[in-house]
Amino acid sequence: MLMQFMLLFSRQGKLRLQKWYVPLSDKEKKKITRELVQTVLARKPKMCSFLEWRDLKIVYKRYASLYFCCAIEDQDNELITLEIIHRYVELLDKYFGSVCELDIIFNFEKAYFILDEFLLGGEAQETSKKNVLKAIEQADLLQEVN
Amino acid sequence: MSDVVEKTLTALPALLALDSQPGAGKLSSTSRLRHLIRSITELTSKHEEEKLIKKELAAIKDQVSSPNTTMRQMRELMVRAMYCEMLGYEADFVYIHAIKLAQQGTVLEKRVGYLAVSLFLNENHELLLLLVNTVLKDLQSTNLIEVCMALTVVSQIFPKDMIPAILPLVEEKLSHPKEIIRRKAVLALYKFYLIAPNQVQHIHGKFRKALCDKDPGVMMSSLHIYLQMIKENPASYKDLTGSFVTILRQVVGGKLPLDFNYHSVPAPWLQIQLLRILSLLGREDQSMSELMYDVLDESLRRAEMNHNITYAILYECVKAIYTIHPKAELLEKAARCIGNFVLSPKINLKYLGLKALTYVVQHDANLALQHQMTIIECLDHSDLIIKRETLELLFRITNAQNVTIIVEKMLGFLRLCNDDYTIIDLVGKVAELAEKYAPDNEWFIQTMNVVFSLGGDLMQPDLPSNFLRLFADGSESEEQDRQLKLYAVDSYLAVLKGDCSHLPQRFLQVISWVLGEYSCLKEDVDQQEVIRLLKKLLEQRGVSSETRSWALSALTKLCKGPGYAELALELAESLSSSLDTVLRQQAHELCLLSQDSQLHARVLPHPAPSDNLEVDSSLSFLDGFVSDALAAGAAPYKPPHQRQEELSQQRALSLEPYGLSLPVTMSSCTLTDRQSPTFLSMSSDLSGNSTELSHRTGANTLMLEGVKRVWGKDGYIPQKEPSLTPAAVDEPSDVVQSPDQQGAAETSLPEPEPEPPQLDQEKQQLASSLFVGLGSQNSMSLLGKTEVAVPRFRRKARQHESASTSGTSESSSNSSHSSRSTTDSFLYGGLLEEEPATPIQNSYHTLKPTIANGSHDARQHSQMVSSTSENEGAATVSAKEDKQANSSQILGSDMVIVRPSKLAEESIVSQRNCSKSLPVAFPHSSDSMVLQLPSELQELPHSDVVSLTSDPHLSVSCCRVFREDALLLVLLLFNPTETALRDVAVELSCEELETASLRGNVMECLEGRKSSVCRYTLLMERPHTQVAFTGSVSYQTQPGHTHILPFSGKLSTADFIRPLMLNTEEYGKLWLSISNDVKQNLKLLTGGGDPLRATLNALKDSLQLHIVDIIGSEGIVACHLLRGGPCLMHCRVHGASLAVWLRSPLPSLPDCLLYHCQRALQEH
Repeated sequence: MLMQFMLLFSRQGKLRLQKWYVPLSDKEKKKITRELVQTVLARKPKMCSFLEWRDLKIVYKRYASLYFCCAIEDQDNELITLEIIHRYVELLDKYFGSVCELDIIFNFEKAYFILDEFLLGGEAQETSKKNVLKAIEQADLLQEVN
Repeated sequence: MSDVVEKTLTALPALLALDSQPGAGKLSSTSRLRHLIRSITELTSKHEEEKLIKKELAAIKDQVSSPNTTMRQMRELMVRAMYCEMLGYEADFVYIHAIKLAQQGTVLEKRVGYLAVSLFLNENHELLLLLVNTVLKDLQSTNLIEVCMALTVVSQIFPKDMIPAILPLVEEKLSHPKEIIRRKAVLALYKFYLIAPNQVQHIHGKFRKALCDKDPGVMMSSLHIYLQMIKENPASYKDLTGSFVTILRQVVGGKLPLDFNYHSVPAPWLQIQLLRILSLLGREDQSMSELMYDVLDESLRRAEMNHNITYAILYECVKAIYTIHPKAELLEKAARCIGNFVLSPKINLKYLGLKALTYVVQHDANLALQHQMTIIECLDHSDLIIKRETLELLFRITNAQNVTIIVEKMLGFLRLCNDDYTIIDLVGKVAELAEKYAPDNEWFIQTMNVVFSLGGDLMQPDLPSNFLRLFADGSESEEQDRQLKLYAVDSYLAVLKGDCSHLPQRFLQVISWVLGEYSCLKEDVDQQEVIRLLKKLLEQRGVSSETRSWALSALTKLCKGPGYAELALELAESLSSSLDTVLRQQAHELCLLSQDSQLHARVLPHPAPSDNLEVDSSLSFLDGFVSDALAAGAAPYKPPHQRQEELSQQRALSLEPYGLSLPVTMSSCTLTDRQSPTFLSMSSDLSGNSTELSHRTGANTLMLEGVKRVWGKDGYIPQKEPSLTPAAVDEPSDVVQSPDQQGAAETSLPEPEPEPPQLDQEKQQLASSLFVGLGSQNSMSLLGKTEVAVPRFRRKARQHESASTSGTSESSSNSSHSSRSTTDSFLYGGLLEEEPATPIQNSYHTLKPTIANGSHDARQHSQMVSSTSENEGAATVSAKEDKQANSSQILGSDMVIVRPSKLAEESIVSQRNCSKSLPVAFPHSSDSMVLQLPSELQELPHSDVVSLTSDPHLSVSCCRVFREDALLLVLLLFNPTETALRDVAVELSCEELETASLRGNVMECLEGRKSSVCRYTLLMERPHTQVAFTGSVSYQTQPGHTHILPFSGKLSTADFIRPLMLNTEEYGKLWLSISNDVKQNLKLLTGGGDPLRATLNALKDSLQLHIVDIIGSEGIVACHLLRGGPCLMHCRVHGASLAVWLRSPLPSLPDCLLYHCQRALQEH
């Protein structure tokens, strides 16, 4: 189930978020990002959400102007990965209140916090929407009281 | 107090700036960041962006290094730096500040600091060491948020070496009252397990606690660890199967809190995790599988909603059902499920359906048949990924009848494909299919031509060399070989006549070699023309020097006789100024050889003799020289790795600062000392006879034309050569078909029905050609591809063996022939599955309907005859053949599953025995207790029972049983007291060994004056002279009083050595294929009889070696390391000592073995 990495990028190919769960050099990361953004953007809307890429499986989905793109291993379950993406979008949506790309651009660190609360080290940690947001809000609140 | 005030003050601006409602998150970003983002979006060119970011980074750099910057400002700067990094600009100067922020900031800043660290640094970054203290501090914090943050960062990046520093703290968190902390702690441990499994080995007990946690979230996290551990060693966790089944049943039954639901499906992530674990536990284990049938059925039933998440579960369920021990009813349901996937209009589901089908067709080819129309539609799908998966599926169902159409589809895809990874993969698959199922020579060569031109220089290098080996080794029929060669020559001449500037180098090399070797077979072709074409190739632009070298070798072979002297001279002249020394040298050789036709004929005899030229590549003629030198006091040769070791030891001791000059001397002495056959093999590469792509190497000029290459630089050959692998060698007679019989067999067994050549556009027809051979006649599901044609190109290597044993098979009757060939075809079918024995019976059943259909051919009929005649023990079939046929049904004909399958059976049997006889109560008199091995083990060779340790309550002894497939370490526990011991658990560990506990390591109770055994199978992965194992027994004398009794012991390589049964010929071949060698003089045992024989027998007795042969003053001995490679010894009496020369593919095995030989002889 271990996810290798997750990328968020816009329709224009701008990277919005990147989370790497496997150690790679910066050079490799950039190369992978560039190649993947290109490949995914070239795909037509009705096409399959899965891609074989090198020895990995890429699972991607577009939400409005944003592409969410995850890399998993070949024997992993593509559909559940698609649902991981969906749950993450749901979380963002609930947190920001009907989320849009701008929310994620301007508050990308918040988007990271939510992601870290949801996926830890590439594995689903807490799948309950309520609990993830509770944890995030607690941290948010505590900051201000402190 | 002032601290609090200060904190409040620093938090104040944050309070003002931030809206506390998370929903209004938009406002909370700092204005500087907004400004930056705005300005970037307004820019029009990349160049401007670069300029702006550079400016921004400079500003950030200024500020972070300023002492007046507050932590709050630092946080804001950090966010901006993260943004710049995301855009692809490096901001490494802030890394250290990120760590500082995590260390010194308040919670608010710490959070950003940690985030920045996890984004900026990767696992190996040296700055991470600075984070350790911060993490330690935060783990001990009373603030939950801080603990959470520390655990989060730890499970993302943490330096491996520092794990022990924080491990106790993380462990402690496993019993934290807060569920979220426990969960994160488990995930952190999971991460540790992944990166450094041995660091967390001692806390496996705690994992169990986490599995039993009252909070389902914590339990779920612990499953990640279990999945991993079970993947590595399913046998040790079988006892948990019941628990996992119960958990899954509860989850499926909706017993979890609603929080865990996802779109009203209960805990899908948890379900999938459990299904995976169960499939691993149930794999090839019927009793475990039976436990889970019900719950799998229920999972299938419950997942009925039309939503992705239920499909995800279904998919996992289907995979589990096909992985575990089969149950017909479930398989049927799973198959229906796959059908739903495949037929779904949703493309994602369709894809998964294809993927599942691909997985499943190996078990049940019929399923592909059911969906043939869908598969054909998918083949023309606009989405390449669907096409690709469909091809993968077709690849699995290819047989001799549908190979042309499937290969055509694959090549069609290849032409469109521009992804290197896919090309490499597909090209390999096409080549595999082509070789296995080619209907005729023409098709084969043409397909391979396309493979070479499309695969280009991307393809795996062994692909062209395998192809050439096929030519070089030849197949079973000489006439067919000739045809193949002729066709290849024709085809390649045509290729060369055209424009070949765009062809890949590898292809050109293949062409050159084939033309050089075989163009003379063709009488109607003008040799001048061939030479002209090769010369053109040689002079063509853009051809690499490697290819030139191949072309020149071909020319050398062709230019014989005085007629070519002029040409040779011309070539030599034009190449004499070449910068490439190899070419220059080859040209020179060409020149000399063309002048002296006698020499040419000797060096490059033609036709290349079919039998092997005897080439003493081991340079044994130098043995005397070496022994003399050794006797005269020369230092024995040490292989590089040994020298390296000694070198490093020396380095450790000496404080000399400069050790760099050493490797240089080393390499030079490799050249002079080694006398290695690799030297020769390099030169034979150059002569062009090599089927390996030539390594362009130095100036050696030995021409070994016609030498069958059985050695390689890195031992390349064993791949497809059964004779080289120790397993197959054991019973060579089983794979025998004598040459003259082949002829008969081939005439009586016509080739499988020729492929209907016409390809209609009609899908129906496509379907019938694609799925031919999967139909009713082969419907037995377990067999997969049963009809499996005898592959066209059988490697000749087998013929070799047949020569040595043809006597036996010649006595066999016709009917046994056909039985042989059918068993052969079973073999090919059966190899893909791992169920060697069962399919055979099935086949008899399914043959009947075939015959009823009237579509049977002579072959099948005769198979029937033979099988019945075998059953009845008819007079025509001798007992010997019977045995042969039977065993060959299990044995692979040219693959090497021979022993594994047999061994698997044996080990199963022995395990069953264990289960029957445990717990074993030893026969003992009331007073003296003699510990004894269980009776079924006593028959196996074993060591004495040695006492390891004891305390007043328990004594532990051990015995090594030398099983054929592993070392069995039997621990005998004896309770000398009158009181029973409770909860006895044995643990054993050894880092260098692969250990698996069979049984008996946990007992509820050990009665007084009773004993018990527990067994471990051990395997040595890499040779070590000696390894130590440690372990402990824990037990309770009374509830709550746990005693631990540690023990330890040593094992040597000798325990893992088993005799390797070879005959002299096989030994010779194997010897040539290995290049790692070590030479040493050993003591020769004197006193009584032949000293050589005595010494070897002594070694045999103490080390379990196999003496292959003793000839005069030389002896050859073979053994192998369990699960490792073989080791061959060549011994020669030299004066008063025994000069021993060892070879093994495992670099350190010879040294280990030598050490033990020395010891054995000393002790003698």
